[in-house]
Amino acid sequence: MTATVPHTPPLVEQLKEGLDAPICLTWELTYACNLACVHCLSSSGRRDPKELTTAEAKSVVDQLAALQVFYVNMGGGEPMLRKDFFEIVEYSVANNVGVKFSTNGTYLDADAARRLASMNYLDVQISLDGMDAATNDAVRGEGSWAASRRAMDNLAAADFGEFKISIVCTRHNVDQLDEYKAMADDYGAQLRITRLRPSGRGVDSYHDLRLTNPQQRQVFDWILGHPDVLTGDSFFHLNALNSGPDATGESLPGMNMCGAGRIVCLIDPIGDVYACPFVIHDEFLAGNIRDEGGFAKVWRESELFTELRQPQSAGACASCGSYDACQGGCMATKFFTGLPLDGPDPDCVHGHADEALAQIDLGSGPRPSQDHSRPGIAPGTTVPVSLTRKR
Amino acid sequence: MFDPAGHYRLSPRVGLRPEPFGALAYHFDTRRLVFLKSTDLVDLVEALDGHESAAAAIDAVAPARRRSFEAALESLLESGVVEAA
Repeated sequence: MTATVPHTPPLVEQLKEGLDAPICLTWELTYACNLACVHCLSSSGRRDPKELTTAEAKSVVDQLAALQVFYVNMGGGEPMLRKDFFEIVEYSVANNVGVKFSTNGTYLDADAARRLASMNYLDVQISLDGMDAATNDAVRGEGSWAASRRAMDNLAAADFGEFKISIVCTRHNVDQLDEYKAMADDYGAQLRITRLRPSGRGVDSYHDLRLTNPQQRQVFDWILGHPDVLTGDSFFHLNALNSGPDATGESLPGMNMCGAGRIVCLIDPIGDVYACPFVIHDEFLAGNIRDEGGFAKVWRESELFTELRQPQSAGACASCGSYDACQGGCMATKFFTGLPLDGPDPDCVHGHADEALAQIDLGSGPRPSQDHSRPGIAPGTTVPVSLTRKR
Repeated sequence: MFDPAGHYRLSPRVGLRPEPFGALAYHFDTRRLVFLKSTDLVDLVEALDGHESAAAAIDAVAPARRRSFEAALESLLESGVVEAA
């Protein structure tokens, strides 16, 4: 897949020093959401009054186009709740910034499906965190399973083509991966599985939902056996399983590195730029696109991103034989569980974080810097949201 | 199948973005991202269309690296980054 010529230093080492612009980035369009998923990365629910206007959103697209960012992952909140959702998407695609957007499917009716199917450079990803309503709705709220399946049916009926079905892997749905794959195949869809993080409302649900250590091996083996399933490289910490006594030496496909501030980042609904979608916290805030110089200046000159592009210390992991394979795991996951950033990932497959984790009181780790949860709505509950959408 | 005597070009469906190590190439149809790992290779890909054959383009850019460049072009052809002109 990659064209190679000799005498170049390893590409991953160069990528760690950062690129002139992100390869892709996540852009959360709104904090508004009709759901209240217990693991929501952005603690979404209520719209923020400071969210970007349509003109500002189009300016973001212009800036990304000038930087030749090839595509953006749009999300939220529920991005389709923005009245100008289609306007932004169509503007982006028309300017050669491809769009992959993530939705819970509630507002993806037959009309919307037909409109999406007519566009190029557009990928749609429907979230579903359980093969059955009980497993899914316990995490995403009552009725959310039915809404996701309806959206998939609408896309299929509109001949959208290969849409994506996205699963956050939890200890409750991990045994359903084969069924998921069969469902995706039936729809002609592509399956995408991602790692649960303790970010946003996930701070409170992570310890109940995270994979057990045997389940982590199960996922590792399953990914190796299904090379056509997308992972966004999010399971790279599992590569530590390719070393040790019962290892086969196989690694997961992908770049095996944390891209935060180096090859990816997050723009949140109010224009704040964070190192990645999983670290919405002041410590990982690089700047705002409303600042002078816009996104490019934040990406190229912010103190935080400059620091992330320096060689990182292996810290407590330096003596572990698996460090080259797992790179110490995910920064966000360490941070929000209260572990040091230069130590093992809480989901270290060798259990190297277990002792440190046991000494941290549950709930005493850092909290996300913002919370747009709806007051009085328990996580995992669906709320009716009325909307007046532009057609 | 790549043929050094053939005339090739950068696919119009591909975005090429210069980077310190070479360039990123993104295919808007297949959504595949490909790394061009040297600036010479980027020069070569951009020179392809202006030469009647890939071999002539290699002569013009860096003939000493013919073997590795031919292998790189074969891989770029396979991923759709370059195509027959």
